[in-house]
Amino acid sequence: MKVVVFCKSVPDTETRVRLKDNRLDKSEIKYILNPYDEYAVEEAVRMKEGGKAEEVIAISMGPERAKEALRSALAIGADRGILIKDDALDGSDTYVTAKVLVKALEKDGLEYGMLLFGQQAIDGDTWHVPGQVAEMLGLPQTGSIIKLEVDPDGGKAVANRMVEGGEEVHEMALPCVVTCRKGLNEPRYPSLPNIMKAKKKPIQEYSVSDLGFSAEDVGKAGALTEVLSYALPPQKEAGKKVEGEPEEVAQALLQYLKEEIKVI
Amino acid sequence: MGDYRGFWVFIEQLQGRVSDVGLELLGKARELADATNTYVGALLLGDFSKAKAKELISYGADKVYLFSHEKLATYHSLAYTKLVCQAVTQEKPEALFIGATPLGANLAPRVAAQLETGLSAHCVDLRLGEDGILEQIVPGFGGTMMAVIICPEKRPQMATVMPGVFPKPEPQDRQGEVISMAVEITEKDLVPRVVEFKAKEQKTVALDGASVVVCGGYGMGSKENWQLLEELARLLGGAVGATRPAVDEGWAPEEVMIGQSGKIVHPKLYIGAGVSGIMHHVVGVQDSEIIVVINKDPNAPFFQVCDFGVVGDATQVLPAFIGKLKERQKRACDFLSIETPQMNEGPYSPDSKGDSQ
Ligand SMILES: Cc1cc2nc3c(=O)[nH]c(=O)nc-3n(C[C@H](O)[C@H](O)[C@H](O)COP(=O)(O)OP(=O)(O)OC[C@H]3O[C@@H](n4cnc5c(N)ncnc54)[C@H](O)[C@@H]3O)c2cc1C
Repeated sequence: MKVVVFCKSVPDTETRVRLKDNRLDKSEIKYILNPYDEYAVEEAVRMKEGGKAEEVIAISMGPERAKEALRSALAIGADRGILIKDDALDGSDTYVTAKVLVKALEKDGLEYGMLLFGQQAIDGDTWHVPGQVAEMLGLPQTGSIIKLEVDPDGGKAVANRMVEGGEEVHEMALPCVVTCRKGLNEPRYPSLPNIMKAKKKPIQEYSVSDLGFSAEDVGKAGALTEVLSYALPPQKEAGKKVEGEPEEVAQALLQYLKEEIKVI
Repeated sequence: MGDYRGFWVFIEQLQGRVSDVGLELLGKARELADATNTYVGALLLGDFSKAKAKELISYGADKVYLFSHEKLATYHSLAYTKLVCQAVTQEKPEALFIGATPLGANLAPRVAAQLETGLSAHCVDLRLGEDGILEQIVPGFGGTMMAVIICPEKRPQMATVMPGVFPKPEPQDRQGEVISMAVEITEKDLVPRVVEFKAKEQKTVALDGASVVVCGGYGMGSKENWQLLEELARLLGGAVGATRPAVDEGWAPEEVMIGQSGKIVHPKLYIGAGVSGIMHHVVGVQDSEIIVVINKDPNAPFFQVCDFGVVGDATQVLPAFIGKLKERQKRACDFLSIETPQMNEGPYSPDSKGDSQ
C-alpha cells in the first residue's frame, strides 16, 4: 500500500507575530513544515517501518520554499516528494488548493491506500483542505485522530478521535483520508545522516499546465472566495493608562476595579 | 443570483442535544434575513420528532428542514454531506452557516466541494455589503487587520463560524413550519462507521461562563510566573486563559486557549498580562465588559482596545496586586470577625474555596 502525506510550508513566526512600530515585522520569518503535518509524516513512516506501507509520498503545493518542507518530510523518512509550483497559483483558496492536489495525485498515477493530513495549518488555520480533497475523491474521512490502526490486507483502517464527552472509534474501508493531531505520536528529530539522505531523494515537480489547468483555473482567478478588503479592527475609545512603580500601579488598578467600576 | 434566497443554518447536535452554536447562528441569520426580507432555514439531521424540530422556530427559523432517521443520530460524514447537499440543491438558499466545531470542520468542506462553492473559515462576524453580498469577517494579515471575505459568484455563500461569537437568542413565540425531508441513505453512506464510543469524564473548562478571566501571554515568561495568574484567578473567583504562544510553551493546556482558534469568552472582567493584543486573540475577548491590560511595552496594540492599561512588568505588578487583594480580604474578614475568608456574595467575590478551576 502507498501512503500520501500532504505537507504545507508555513511561516514559523506566524505563531508569534512580531510587531515592530505597530507593523508586521516580516524580516525574520522562517518557514517550516506545518507542525500538524509532522504527525502525519511520522505516522506514515511508522506504517512503512511496521511493514504496512510500501512507499510514503510527500506532496505539497507551494512556492520554491515548499521544497524545504518536503525535504523535512523526506528526512523523517518519506521516500519521494511531489511539488506543484507555479506563479499562477498565488492567491489560491482552499477549493483551488484541493483541486490542484487532487489533479496532481491523478497525474502521478499512484495507487494510494491512505491519504494523511495535518488537521490544520498554523497559518491559514481553515481545517478545510482535507475535507475538500476527500470529497473530490469520493473518499471517507475522519479527523483529529489520536490513534490509528491500519490493516492493508483486510482493506480497512480504525481510528480513535477525541469528541465531546469521550473518544470515538471510527472504521473505514481503504482508501481513506485521516487528519492528524498532537497525541497521535511523537514526531522524531531527523538524524543528520537522514537529513543528508533526504537531499538525494527525488522530488517530482509539476506546473499548472502539466496538470492540464490554465492560469484562469487556479490562483486568485480560480478561487471561489476573495478578500474584498482589509479593515482596521473595531476601535474603542482609549481607556485609562497608568505607568509607574509596581506598588503604585497595582494600587491604581485596585482603585479602578473597586471604585470606578465596582467589581471588587 | 436572483433565485437563491434565504439564510440557512446547519443545526449541530450531539447525542440528541442541539449545540448552542446552531442557535447562535439562527439569531444572526434572523437579523440578516430581516434586513433583506427573506427567510431563515434550519437544517436538522438526527433522530428527532417534528415537535422537537419545532423548537428551532422559537429561536428564529421560519422553515425547519428535518431529516429524521435513527441512523442519523450519530454523525456520518458521507450521509450528512449527501443530505445537506440534496436540500441545498433543491431549495437554493443564498447562504449556509455551519459552526466552526470539529464536526463542522469535517462537514463544511465536503459540502462546499460537492456544491463547488466558496467557503470561509472561523468567521468572527457576518454582515451584508451594499449589494446584499455576504461579508465574512476573519482576522487576517498576521492578525493586525480584519479581512473581509466574499464569495462573489457561487451560491450558497458558505461560512463556518466560531461558537460564542453571536449571542444565543431568547426563544420567542413565532410561527413557522417543519418540513419533513425524505431520508434516502444506504449502508454505504454510513461512513465512517462508528464502532465504539468510550465515554470519558468531561473535564469542564472553567473558562466557559466565567465572569472573571485572567489571561496570560508569552510575556509571562515562565511556568513559575504562570502561578501568579492561577493565584489571581483564585482570588477573583475567575478562570485562567492563555494565548497561543503560552499554550505552545506548555504553560497552559490547549483547552484554555482564547481567540480565533480557541475559545470566545464574554466575562465581566478580563485581565490580560503579557499579551500583545494581536487580533487572533482579541476577537476572543473583545466582548468582555471590562478589559484590563498589563504589558511592559507602552506601544503594545492591546492598549488601544482596553479600558484600563497598566504599563509595567507583569511579574512585578501581579504580585503587588495580589498582595493588595489579599490584604483587602483579610481586612474584610477581620471586620466581620470570621475565620474563613468568606466574602460578600456576587459575581466578583472571591471564591472562598478556591476550587473554581
Ligand atoms: C491563523 C492563526 C490563528 C491564531 N489563533 C490564535 C488564537 O486563537 N489565540 C491566540 O492567542 N493566538 C492565536 N494566534 C497567534 C496570534 O497571531 C499571536 O501570535 C498571539 O495571540 C500572540 O500571543 P502573545 O500576546 O501571548 O505573545 P506576543 O505577541 O509575543 O506578546 C507578548 C507580549 O508580552 C509583553 N511582555 C513581555 N514581557 C513582559 C512582562 N514581563 N510583563 C508584561 N508584559 C510583557 C510584550 O511586550 C508583548 O506585547 C493565531 C495565529 C494565526 C496565524
